[in-house]
Amino acid sequence: MITLQWVYVLAGLTFMAFAGLSITDRENNRRFKNAAFWGLLAFSFLFGGYLSDLANGVLLTAMVLVAGIGGLGQGRPATTSPDERRTLAARFGNRLFVPALIIPVTALAGTLVLAKIDIGGTPLFDAKDPTLIALGLGVILALIVGMAMFRPPAIAPLQEGRRLMDAVGWAAILPQMLAALGAVFALAGVGQVVGGLVSDVIPMNGPLIAVVAYCLGMALFTIIMGNAFAAFPVMTAAIGLPFVVLQFGGNPAIVCAIGMLSGFCGTLLTPMAANFNVVPANLLELPDRNAAFNGVIRAQAPTAVAMLGVNILLMYVLAFRF
Amino acid sequence: MLVLLGIAVLVAGFLLRINPLPVILVAAIVTGMTGGLSFTETLAAFGKAFNDNRYISIVWLVLPVIGLLERTGLQEQARILIARMTRVTTGRLLLAYFVARQITAALGQTKLGGHPQMVRPLVAPMAEAAAETHHGVIPDATRFRIRAHAAAADNIALFFGEDIFIAIASILLIKGFLEQNGIVVQPLHISMWAIPTAIVALIIHGTRLVLLDRRIAREVAAANATAPEAAR
Repeated sequence: MITLQWVYVLAGLTFMAFAGLSITDRENNRRFKNAAFWGLLAFSFLFGGYLSDLANGVLLTAMVLVAGIGGLGQGRPATTSPDERRTLAARFGNRLFVPALIIPVTALAGTLVLAKIDIGGTPLFDAKDPTLIALGLGVILALIVGMAMFRPPAIAPLQEGRRLMDAVGWAAILPQMLAALGAVFALAGVGQVVGGLVSDVIPMNGPLIAVVAYCLGMALFTIIMGNAFAAFPVMTAAIGLPFVVLQFGGNPAIVCAIGMLSGFCGTLLTPMAANFNVVPANLLELPDRNAAFNGVIRAQAPTAVAMLGVNILLMYVLAFRF
Repeated sequence: MLVLLGIAVLVAGFLLRINPLPVILVAAIVTGMTGGLSFTETLAAFGKAFNDNRYISIVWLVLPVIGLLERTGLQEQARILIARMTRVTTGRLLLAYFVARQITAALGQTKLGGHPQMVRPLVAPMAEAAAETHHGVIPDATRFRIRAHAAAADNIALFFGEDIFIAIASILLIKGFLEQNGIVVQPLHISMWAIPTAIVALIIHGTRLVLLDRRIAREVAAANATAPEAAR
């Protein structure tokens, strides 16, 4: 059976190659720090499952120290010039889109078809994560097709991958680290304290104020946590369920659905939602990518604020009527 | 109350623009220790959660493929394709992507878009090329605004599309939460109430994308007025 562990090994080997190639990059005056960072991440992917929890904590601390003090450098592997790229684009034309489309198509097919295949009673894919396993498979297929079509130097995918990886830099582990922080928050009971505070401070003397408090609370707590899933159980237990649903008689399906969407408005506004707001700013090489409120968040803000108002209005109009 | 100190650490770190990685590490340790755990228990809990969430970072596996295609001219080909379509503007292109992303997300296919797979290699260069087709050279500030809007369109369409699908994580979280509290609802009944918000999101953000074309025209005109030599 193919499990997620196989994909972790593939990712570990890829990060290991980035680390090895970083060492030889004399253009990057912080090349040993880059090598150490990607090497530690490779170690986490290859062996993290066999380490103790504390050893994983120490490993993570080491990565934070390497990247957090003085930052990482930017590798400059040899790549093609803009002129060469135009020539290659003219030569290959729309065939260039084929490998790019193989990845999502395989992810789709993997989830819908491959996940249902059995070999002698054992499923081919671990049923828990068919999409992530299919993503790994799609990458391998796309690389095989791409190499056969374009015949670049054999090392090209790893060197070009390292170029993009260095553009993302330390932000690569930010989403994973924020998810881990959410787990520590849950363990320490942060949510209950925040929920208790909100319901103590705000007088719930009518359905409108309860709806406003719940939707704003979802958005604000999501801004702090970076994740509406972390805010939802806290705010719904503190305000949504006791006040909007039980005291004022709101429809629980409507209250919860629109409450979650109010949280998503917060996700659009926060640098804590790193994979949605920080990672693309790095990938697109925006000049303000290290600012707390970078170009992506500012582009989203007017829609996010308007949608928060819309959600409050929709919940107030729909929840007590249906 | 003391347990909220970790949140204060996060806010202070972001305001002082310190590298987020050490800020998050300190916030985790402060939160754990004020929440009654020892230092080593906190570090172990943080390490375990980081290890359990490795699947989040699997997305970087696509970078060798995207990089290989970039070196072979994928972004250039995306630009050539858009330059041929003279009716396509930045706003209309992003609106078309927005609609496609929202519909596929509503059908549960959230993996069909994304920043490393779609926005960087295809959507952003196409949106830039559409502006260049109509205006020639565009100022850097406008170029970066277009890129930011390409990422924003992906996020907003995903967030206000995916909850219409009945088997998405957030709908299952809602169902599980309500069940724990003795209220049984069907996923379909939750997800259908995501539809009004999805429609309004399309109207509001679609309008902003159409207006983006006017803003680009204004910014290009302003740049040409201040630097007439460069424009000719």
